[in-house]
Parts: sequence; C-alpha cells; structure tokens
Amino acid sequence: MQLPEPVQKLIDAFSRLPGIGPKTASRLAFYLLRTTDDTAPALAEALQALKANTSLCRVCFNITLSDREICEICDDPRRDRSVICVVEEPLDVFALERTGGYSGLYHVLHGVLSPIEGIGVDDLRIQELLDRLKENVTEIILATNPSMEGDATAMYLGRRLAGSKVRVTRLARGLPVGGDLEYADQNTLKRALDGRQTLERG
Amino acid sequence: MPLRERTIRTPALVLRHREIGEADRLLVLYTEQLGKIHAIAKGVRKLKSRKAGHLEPFTHSTLQLAKGRDLMIITQAETLNAFLPLRENLAGVGHASYVIELIDRFTYENEENPRIFHLAIRTLERLQRAKDPLLVLRFYELRLLDLLGFRPELQQCGLCQAEIKAQDQYFSAERGGVLCPNCGRSTPGARPISMEALRYLRHLQRSNFQQASVARPRPEIHTEMEILMQHYLTYLLERNLNTPSFIRKIRHLDTTDHVPPAIEND
Repeated sequence: MQLPEPVQKLIDAFSRLPGIGPKTASRLAFYLLRTTDDTAPALAEALQALKANTSLCRVCFNITLSDREICEICDDPRRDRSVICVVEEPLDVFALERTGGYSGLYHVLHGVLSPIEGIGVDDLRIQELLDRLKENVTEIILATNPSMEGDATAMYLGRRLAGSKVRVTRLARGLPVGGDLEYADQNTLKRALDGRQTLERG
Repeated sequence: MPLRERTIRTPALVLRHREIGEADRLLVLYTEQLGKIHAIAKGVRKLKSRKAGHLEPFTHSTLQLAKGRDLMIITQAETLNAFLPLRENLAGVGHASYVIELIDRFTYENEENPRIFHLAIRTLERLQRAKDPLLVLRFYELRLLDLLGFRPELQQCGLCQAEIKAQDQYFSAERGGVLCPNCGRSTPGARPISMEALRYLRHLQRSNFQQASVARPRPEIHTEMEILMQHYLTYLLERNLNTPSFIRKIRHLDTTDHVPPAIEND
C-alpha cells in the first residue's frame, strides 16, 4: 500500500535534508500529522520566511534580513573598521560574536579551498575580500578552521595579501580548555609549543 | 578481505572527509588491511575531540575500527605521521592532495592492496624532503599504474611492436603507450612526445626510487611529462582530476597575482 501523496511528499522533502534518513523523515512527517497545536503551521511559515526574508550582506556576505543592503555589524558605527576577521561560514560569525571580545568587521568566504574536492579560489568570496582592502584596513585576522582545508585557505590568503601593507594574523591554536596532553596529536602539540607564552608572575 | 572480527586495528591513510550529523565526519580511508573503506568518526568536529587531529586528510594513523550497523566506526586513532612539513606550505598541500586523489579515484571499496598503501605512505615521506617534488609525483604515478595494471608500454610501439628508437615519438592513451612516428602520425588522438621526456619516463619506470631520483629534467621536460601523464590518467579515469588545477594556480602565485587559464587536459 502506498502512503497518501501529501504525507509521502513531506517524507521525501525531509529525506533530502542532511543527516536525515528515510526512517527519521517518516517519523517527523507523522509527528507533524498528529500534532494539533501550531507546530506545523509555524514550521511552514518559518520555512517560507527563511528564503524570502534573508539575503547576503553586500560588504561581508554574512546572512542578513532581505530589506537590508548591509548587515547590522557592517552598519554599526561603533565597530572598528580597520580590522576584518575572515571566517568560513556565517555560523562562525555568531560563534565569534558570542565571545563579546571582538569589535571589528567580518568577511564570510562561504567555504574553504579543498584541492581534492575541487573547490577553488573562484568558488569563494576571495576577490570580494581583496576589494575591501582599499577601505583603510590595517589588519586581517584569518579565522578559518584549524583543519587542512582551513589552513590551506589561510595560507593562500596570506600569499595573496603578502604585497599589501595590512597586518595578516591567524587565530592561535593549541590545547583546548579541559583537554588532555597525552591525547593531543602531533600537529596541535607542536603548535602549542611554538605558540607558548610567558607565564605572568602574579 | 572479509571481516570476521567485530573490531580491527589497522594502519590507514585518511583520504577525504565529509561532515554528517551534529559533530561527526564520514571519512574515506585507505587502510593497509581492508583497502579503501568508509568509516564514521563520531564527535570529531568538537574542539575537544581526542581523535580529530589524528584524522585530518593525508594523515597516516593507526586506527581501531568497530563494525557498525552499516559502516565502520572509528573508536581510536593515533597519528603515526602527520607529514607536518607538507602542511606548512601550499605546494606541499597540493602535492599531498594529488597523491590522495589518485588513490581515491583509482581504487574501489573493500579491495585491499597493501602495496598501494605503502607506495602512498612512502611517496608522502619522499615529498617531505624532496628537492624535486615533481619527480616524486611522476615516479608515484608510474608505480601506481603498475600496481593497478595500467602500466604504460614505453619500450615498443603499441601498434607495430617495433622497438622504440632514440627519436621523437607519439603517445596514445587509447593504445596504452608509445607509438613509433609512422604509426603515431596516422593514429587519431595520439600526441607527440619528445625523445627527452620519453627517456626520463622510461628511466622512472624501470628504476628504483634511489636511481630515479638522480634524474634532473629541465623545466620544459617536467611540464611535458606532467601534461602527458595527466592526459593518460584522465583518459583512464574518464574524468578530470581536481588537484592539478589547484597545483597550477599555486605555482603561478609566485610569479603573478593573476591566475592563468588551465591547461586543457584532453
């Protein structure tokens, strides 16, 4: 027996999402079918608004509301316009904002260089970043992930920025808070050693 | 090799990864004992993961794998060699990625071949200290083709079987090797190959690495060999490779900020 078309359609739509298999998809669909509160209408509304009411900031390419040309951060006069922090994805901006310790601007690349997957320079917002250097920028902070791809992207940007006057920095890396030295890999441990800091005598 | 035990411990080379679920990664590995396999590494996108650093692409690690419902699950990982010098510059990353990409494209899942595994590890080790990394890559391509059963014929004409003489020749990917000038001229798709490039390729094909590494081809000959080998590999794979264009862009970064047009590969 086949499921009624509206149910099957929702199951198919769910299974196209990352991390959701056919079983989870049907569980979700039947849950929504059964609920009597506003879960289903609210979800439908949120889904429609997602694409309709968002766009990318013209300057930093972070996600913003569709009625804005530039995002709230780029628009904020209190932010330091001489520093740009380069990140892979919009979610990284929110992670850094949560620290409350950064007051400069951002630039979202929307991906990382991956030689094996064939993601190249032209697939990322790299030219747009280079174009922003004209605006009195003094420092670029490369905050791509500490992975092979993130490092390759940072190295590439470092090379492209080598001739300019801006200071190029990379986020420090080392041992995570609450970590365990004996489980650290060579790469992390070596960088933690290289980046060791003088202990303040209190 | 069919897997009877529930867990297995094997040296492995990490080929690629893809993010799945909340904080997991699906890895493509080339293992010494099982060949190419897919395996899940749980929680490795969390900063405190004890496995993450041991599972980056082109890391040589010892892995403890457990049989999951559909896929293998990585329960322990310990780096044997992270090839740190290769990670410190873009050319190194490009060359190592190329080694990985060829293995990934040319092998099928669950067909073990420890010789391919050891060749890849040795190649990455050689790249770390190579004065001429391109020579290491050409040697690797020819050895890999030997192990895969695609060894190009470089000694006699692929059509008339005549012994190849010391002069410019032709190469036909379709015929799997060199053609003499007579046969080459009339074979569609055959491309010219200079005597010098052919001599180096023959030298690499029949020497061990120590003998091979004394060769010092001129830059033009290097380019010719690179284009020829990539033409042959692309023909065998029936699709383009991703890393060569990355390597070319990096190479031109030294001389100019403009990215050159890609060399046509067909």
